[in-house]
Amino acid sequence: MSETLTLGKAINTGLRRAMENDPKVVIMGEDVGRLGGVFRITDGLQKDFGEERVIDTPLAESGIVGTAVGLAIRGYRPVCEIQFDGFVYPAFDQIVSQVAKMHYRSQGNVRLPIVIRIPFGGGIGAVEHHSESPEAYFAHTGGLKVVSCATPLDAYWMIQQAIVSDDPIIFMEPKRRYWEKGEVDVDVALSEAYPLHSARVARPGTDVTVLAYGPMMRTVLDAASAAAEEGRELEVIDLRSLSPLDMAPVYESIRKTGRCVVVHEAPGNVGLGAELAARITEQCFYSLEAPVLRVAGFNTPYPAARVEEEYLPDLDRVLDAVDRTFGW
Amino acid sequence: MAKAEGGRTKASARSEPEFVQLLTPDGERVDHPEYTVDFTDEEYRGLYRDLVIVRKLDAEATALQRQGELGIWASLLGQEAAQVGSGRALRPQDMAFPTYREHGVLFCRGIDPIMPLGLFRGVDQGGWDPNEFKFGMYTIVIGAQTLHATGYAMGVAMDGAMGTDDGEAVIAYFGDGATSQGDVNEAYIWASVFNAPLVFFCQNNQYAISEPIEKQTRVPLYRRAAGFGFPGIRVDGNDVLASYAVTRAALDHARHGQGPTLIEAYTYRMGAHTTSDDPTRYRIASEVDAWLAKDPIKRVRAFLEKQQLADDAYFTEIDEEAQREAVHLRERVLSMPDPDPLTLFDHVYAHGSPLLDDEKAQFARYLESFERSVH
Repeated sequence: MSETLTLGKAINTGLRRAMENDPKVVIMGEDVGRLGGVFRITDGLQKDFGEERVIDTPLAESGIVGTAVGLAIRGYRPVCEIQFDGFVYPAFDQIVSQVAKMHYRSQGNVRLPIVIRIPFGGGIGAVEHHSESPEAYFAHTGGLKVVSCATPLDAYWMIQQAIVSDDPIIFMEPKRRYWEKGEVDVDVALSEAYPLHSARVARPGTDVTVLAYGPMMRTVLDAASAAAEEGRELEVIDLRSLSPLDMAPVYESIRKTGRCVVVHEAPGNVGLGAELAARITEQCFYSLEAPVLRVAGFNTPYPAARVEEEYLPDLDRVLDAVDRTFGW
Repeated sequence: MAKAEGGRTKASARSEPEFVQLLTPDGERVDHPEYTVDFTDEEYRGLYRDLVIVRKLDAEATALQRQGELGIWASLLGQEAAQVGSGRALRPQDMAFPTYREHGVLFCRGIDPIMPLGLFRGVDQGGWDPNEFKFGMYTIVIGAQTLHATGYAMGVAMDGAMGTDDGEAVIAYFGDGATSQGDVNEAYIWASVFNAPLVFFCQNNQYAISEPIEKQTRVPLYRRAAGFGFPGIRVDGNDVLASYAVTRAALDHARHGQGPTLIEAYTYRMGAHTTSDDPTRYRIASEVDAWLAKDPIKRVRAFLEKQQLADDAYFTEIDEEAQREAVHLRERVLSMPDPDPLTLFDHVYAHGSPLLDDEKAQFARYLESFERSVH
């Protein structure tokens, strides 16, 4: 059965389904219970699953992730909500030193099926620490997997796939897209959903490959529509999995187009775009007509809300980069 | 400035402790209004055996490091009673989360003492299964394991596995330095508000590497618990009987669903922080000598002699057994193979990663290129 859901409601529905399917799934975080989370992503879950499965925690992020490790060792599958991107750093040690490494250190004896949900990115006019894009920190860390959804359909399936995964997963949610609507077929079996760690061509094209994920997908798709009006066909790929990256469809596309633009909100310096550019250069060197270009956040702290529209990559900056790939 | 400071009392963390003691440094059995032990003669001798073997194995590991066979070793010298007392207080169903110095607790859990030596030799990273041994992995980031213990204990409560005599309890080990970490304080809060079946067992060995306890606190550590809403108690950590009695009571309190307890085991790190440390740079010999007089093993031996529970032949027999264990340990350390280089790619993920598979394959080809060039 197909339903029209917002991206936020799709995650909520996916969480509900995961909790129905496995009594070991527990949700933990600040305000996730009666309030349903500050973005209402866990709305109604505590009412239906009880306070032991939807746990309002003390206000301390390291505690949320650290106790999730213990619960996972005990056999639970914790889904942690970090309230905002900029609040994940108090948990950084537990994520990077404990969650990421325990399976490795234990030679596979300890599995930590933990999902850490992080609403990320800007564009909502928030005060500082509420608009950041910290995904590269986690993608840099072996032992973690990092994914980001861009549509209600993906949100619904990817959250469930992340929960059934035995690897710890950082689940980046594009918070400014929470209210965007899309069709979701909620009755398909989880095993038949599109694979979690696979990229997907979101719009086929022939002239330039544009790579993006999460909140930037809407931006680059809009840019592709605008480009089409000018007779330029962009091939847009939704990376979906930021670690591991699914490079095969990227290489295939670039061997066809010869041009590539990577778009993300996170600062460009030492970001995912740099990693993508390096890999593309190694594998597609003779296919490239131009260097891989990046459209990214500037290498500053996230700015005040009244100038964030200048900071964030938008349609025009994407098209500008597309134009520049034809300048070589 | 001077005036303001004049009004402050001096840090009292090291003042003469009010602690639970059942066995004096001279081996006198003393009574305590709340705590006691009821051991058979055989059990008293067993505790002595544990202490001696644990110390001997520790000394052997230190020697192995000095001879270049271990990369580093974190000695428990001086802390045997706190570890054996609390370790023997655990019931089979109880779960322990250690730091990297709990070799004595590990021994009491019935775990082969060779197990952690791979970590210190550098051939692995301590890869045992916590659930198999009811003993978590050694944790080097200070205090991180207290949150893991708390989460595990929350799981015990959620499983309904507490509230009866055969309920489960969890113990988190950490040191005096760790009490300054955010994670430990967060663990106190979590354990308190979730009423987790958990015992916080802090071995206050007076030093965090070079920093004395005064750098961590102005109040005795056990009193911190009051602010978090659960009982705190200080025990003579060089007294194996008191360490046992206090830990057993706190574990039983927890397993019956009555919440967490903080135990401060007041002890002393007789050796260096690790084999990389030089304690003569930050503490004086007379301080060490004073603690030597409170040695945890001497007092048990004196007790056994006074009570005529053991004779010289017995002590000799235990020393010989400890020596055999040490030799056996040494032999096995020396025969630990270095891991195959390609195993460094193993177990990063439960479900693998295509990018990592590629990296491994490339590295394998690189290694093979040397083999080809040799032939």
